[in-house]
Amino acid sequence: MKVPVRITVNGRRFEHEVEPRLLLAHYIRDLGGLTGTKVGCDTSQCGSCTVLIDGVSAKSCTTLAVQADGANVTTIEGLADGDALHPLQESFWDRHGLQCGFCTPGMILAAYELLRTNASPSDAEIRHGLEGNLCRCTGYQNIVRAVRDAAAQMAAADQ
Amino acid sequence: MSSRIFGSRIRRREDPRLITGSAVYTGDIELPGMVHAAMLRCGHAHARITRIATEQAEAAPGVVAVYTGVDTDGVLQPMPCAWLLPDAELKIAPYPCIAKDVVRYTGDVVAVVVAESAHEAYDALDLIEVDYEPLPAVIDPEEAARAGAPELHAKDINGDDISGNQAFHWTVAGGGDVELAFAEAEADGVVIKERILQQRLIPNAMETRGAVAQYNRATGELTLWNTTQNPHILRFLCSVVTGVPEDKLRVIAPEVGGGFGSKIAAYPADFVTVFCAMRLGRPVKWIESRSENYQATTHGRDHVQDVELAATKDGRITGLRCTVYAGMGAYLSTAAPGIPTILHGLMLSGCYTIPALKEDVYGVYTNGVPVEAYRGAGRPEATFILERLVDMLANRLGMDPADVRIKNFIPKFDDGHEVVTTLNYDSGDYPGALSKLLEHTGYRALRERQRAGPSNGKYMGLGLTSYVEICGLGPSQVAGAIGFQGGLWESAIVRFHPTGKVHVFIGASPHGQGEETTFAQIVASEIGVDVADVKIFHGDTDSTPMGWGTYGSRTTAVGGAALALAVRKIRDKAKVVAAHLLEASVEDMDYEDGKFFVKGSPDRAKTIQDVALMANVAWTLPEGVEAGLEATTFYDPPNFVFPYGAHLAVVEVDARTGHVELTGYTALDDCGPQINPTIVEGQVHGGVVQGVGQALWEGAAYDESGQLVTGSMLDYALPRADQLPDLDVISTVTPSPHHPLGVKGVGEAGTIASTAAVYNAVMDALRPLGVTRVDMPLTPERVWRAIQEAQGS
Amino acid sequence: MFAADFDYYRAGSVAEAGQLLAQHPGAKLLAGGHSLIPLLKLRLAVPPALIDIGRVAELRDIALEGGGLRIGALATHAEIARSDAVREHAAALAEAAGQIGDPAVRNRGTIGGNVAHADPASDLPAVLVALGATLAVTGQGGERSIDAGDFFTGVMMTSLGEDELLTSVRIPSAAGRGTAYVKFSHPASRYAVIGVAASVALDAGPGESVCTDASVAIGGLVPGPVRCSAVEEALKGRAPSGEALAAAAAAVAQDLGGDLLGDVFASADYRGAVAPVYVERAIAAAAGRATQA
Repeated sequence: MKVPVRITVNGRRFEHEVEPRLLLAHYIRDLGGLTGTKVGCDTSQCGSCTVLIDGVSAKSCTTLAVQADGANVTTIEGLADGDALHPLQESFWDRHGLQCGFCTPGMILAAYELLRTNASPSDAEIRHGLEGNLCRCTGYQNIVRAVRDAAAQMAAADQ
Repeated sequence: MSSRIFGSRIRRREDPRLITGSAVYTGDIELPGMVHAAMLRCGHAHARITRIATEQAEAAPGVVAVYTGVDTDGVLQPMPCAWLLPDAELKIAPYPCIAKDVVRYTGDVVAVVVAESAHEAYDALDLIEVDYEPLPAVIDPEEAARAGAPELHAKDINGDDISGNQAFHWTVAGGGDVELAFAEAEADGVVIKERILQQRLIPNAMETRGAVAQYNRATGELTLWNTTQNPHILRFLCSVVTGVPEDKLRVIAPEVGGGFGSKIAAYPADFVTVFCAMRLGRPVKWIESRSENYQATTHGRDHVQDVELAATKDGRITGLRCTVYAGMGAYLSTAAPGIPTILHGLMLSGCYTIPALKEDVYGVYTNGVPVEAYRGAGRPEATFILERLVDMLANRLGMDPADVRIKNFIPKFDDGHEVVTTLNYDSGDYPGALSKLLEHTGYRALRERQRAGPSNGKYMGLGLTSYVEICGLGPSQVAGAIGFQGGLWESAIVRFHPTGKVHVFIGASPHGQGEETTFAQIVASEIGVDVADVKIFHGDTDSTPMGWGTYGSRTTAVGGAALALAVRKIRDKAKVVAAHLLEASVEDMDYEDGKFFVKGSPDRAKTIQDVALMANVAWTLPEGVEAGLEATTFYDPPNFVFPYGAHLAVVEVDARTGHVELTGYTALDDCGPQINPTIVEGQVHGGVVQGVGQALWEGAAYDESGQLVTGSMLDYALPRADQLPDLDVISTVTPSPHHPLGVKGVGEAGTIASTAAVYNAVMDALRPLGVTRVDMPLTPERVWRAIQEAQGS
Repeated sequence: MFAADFDYYRAGSVAEAGQLLAQHPGAKLLAGGHSLIPLLKLRLAVPPALIDIGRVAELRDIALEGGGLRIGALATHAEIARSDAVREHAAALAEAAGQIGDPAVRNRGTIGGNVAHADPASDLPAVLVALGATLAVTGQGGERSIDAGDFFTGVMMTSLGEDELLTSVRIPSAAGRGTAYVKFSHPASRYAVIGVAASVALDAGPGESVCTDASVAIGGLVPGPVRCSAVEEALKGRAPSGEALAAAAAAVAQDLGGDLLGDVFASADYRGAVAPVYVERAIAAAAGRATQA
């Protein structure tokens, strides 16, 4: 059985007929051609596949493409505004919040979700907000700093 | 180091592609006509294959081909082991790419399906019928070495018998008579004995392993994209196994998502992917799932250690004696024999003056996943032995652990110090490092606080580690002497273009460590160009010179030295050209910050860009000087480098439940001059947390039948952000006397130190409760049980 | 990693979901998918079809109704955790929902899916039992309501019929009482090794307040959530602190019985031995929030 789906990814509308079992992560990567979204595990633990569905974070490896039919999906490739990086991208860069980069797309989108729901988190809240995203390189130390910086910059920009 | 760019905290140049999702990892590669491979892993720890039927799978939708060991037998050579440990009775068991008769660990490949889509390939895996006759399995290395244990291999690759599952027996002995030292300590001193289990760990690079192979039948050329830490070594091994000549073989390590040792080895699945591509004439992609990664990608550690320390009554160490059973898993992985031996035993005297030392290491085949280097590779296991024994000695003598360390440290040295294992440490100040750490953390005040006793059932503990590690591997002559089947030099080509822009082609292959940045900083600081004008090429065997890989904290230490020396060659030539342009003699020339000028006349200078242009257009060059501005260097280090440091962990243990909380951590590391301190700190953060993971959460557990119980991320606990405190990272700077830049390495330092520091801290917290040892990982249950047993309930 | 193939039907209403369930024997309901999709990926579940109820608007609401809460089966853990109504009337539920998985999981996982999946290591079942929740279900035979205490029948087993659909969870208001959820998380899966929910009412005495009524349930140790009546009984009329509390919490051993779950991380013995500590902490936290009536 194939099911028609229309999904807008980073503002671009896609229409496909897909097998219902197709995960959103594979849809984005294989049919959307956007490989920034990573798959790092098969049990919903690592968070590398985190995307935004209608602005809210989700694990695209634990979401079927058919469930996202009609939705607006944002991936790491859609976070910058043209050439202007999102403050989170800038702060991850500034603060050395990444090393091998594999967890980074998911980590940045998880941080986006955190700041969406809590604009000025404490360090403890940042650490809790990232509990669903594994990084093996950074020990999380500079990721926490990066999120803290981005929160401050975004707050300053809002004023 | 004329320019301030060396030592500056510039942002990483690799990051723009990584933070925007535009980096290309192996799994992101798409080629026209590409098909997908899925490996059928046997799922048995030990069994005989009695039947394989592939017809149904072959007929399944989308399936292009199914191959078994019958197809690859004689076509793919057995997997090579590349560290032929001498004087150790090394027995290498045959390791077929696809098992045909007997499977020896759950990840052994028995068949491969190639299909139009990955979904179809995985669907068809379920349709392959394999009958197995189960055989008894053994996972624990000490048990595997006992008489009567299930035997994995009858013969090695030379046809010699393998008995008792013994892959090798290696010994290191140095200094005085160790038996005498222990006899004396028994009579009039102290002897500390401990059994230490260095549990099996799963490396868990966030990117799983994978390969894409493309074969051109017309030209016989093969390209292999692979998640590897060492593309040139892989090219060589791939040529050996697949028969594709090295000149027609191109290995590309694209973006690589972490390795930690698990991407050093060559793997059967890589070559099976190549086999499929050659058979089918279509590009083939194979990407491991995480659960498959746990069963098939090398694990780390797995030592059973019996260790003993002899000391005088006033706390001076007089001898160290160790017996280690090192689990190798079912087969010897590429570099495996050198890890628990050379990289472990030779570091057993650590930062201390130890007059006599002996260690026996038995490498043992077991039905586990093959064991390889894992961040620190042998050195964490050595550091742990010493640091645990030193703490136990302190406890026995009623001394503070810091004071026992201070009493036994090798005094400060800055140009060589030979230790009992015959290594010649380059430079170090171990007492200085510890005393700075103690002062910075207010250690003595923390001890006071601890004396106030538990609060609310929570016991505070402090744990120290002093460590020295060996890295910058290493002189090739030594590599040969220790059986490593390769050199350990590095090479760099530096090429100036007419506009003064620089291309660097380097054999080392970083995968997250940031050398695209630090290498550019080296070039910029050596010859005064902007970092932005330097492009670093790495990871492609067709465009880069030979390199021996990124592991053992060697890329900056060895590759960076090659690069610095290549740039210095260019500087020498540029000086000659500049002298010619200024109509001066070379002897009168001076150089500063990218400018060449006659001594005393810096205002009349030729820039490196001026020289690059003239060298490239070659309108006027000095007599006998070739056109172009390019240099190649092969740097073979004269010695290893020996970074060191001291770490302090602070924990709180809830005695009612056994929960351990890491409440504070301070790392002091000395890796010599830091090219980019931000990157150095990042390496320390990640390394520390990996070691904390070993102490508190991580461990590959098998059941009686040899099944991996921690078979997915649902069961194997990796450190997460919310379990960790803020890490305090400080440093001292002691240059290596023999290195062109004075730098050492830092990739593994954190991991080498932190496991022992955290473990010591937990044992320190539990001392008032009478607990002296708990096996790692220190899960709540294990800690709680130890408390119950110590309390006699 | 890749699920086996299945058919897919999307229901627009509860009624349509019921019809689809009847038409497709063996089909599984899909809400947020955070219990089901992991099983599909590992091919531990291979249903012929999924019926997606994720868009049935009537199942989404969280509302105050007749002095209690009505929480639609599709309310997500995140919505429950931050709902003012839930925090006021069932603080323990908000607290538990906020500890499930991680933020991305909480954004898509639903209370209905979680409860119907009935994982012994799930957080919500114990909370629903402690708070005296009832589960509204609908099926071919019409609508019925099941007490949370009767709903969970074993490991991943419930009293939900083949053709039945969980529509909402109803929870009497705990306003005035103190409720809390305390969890011992598995460090890898983040599921509950032990999870204790407590709801406590205190009297208005002039001196040390005593517990007039307590409802305590524990999860993670046995196939379903267990109401801790021995603990509750021992607590009645006693101060929820100090030795009285410790003694009451110790009674959890009677409630749990002898046959406990264990795994490589935490054995049955250990779970049983430390369960009283978590019971004690949950009751103390609940008592700390109770208004002295």
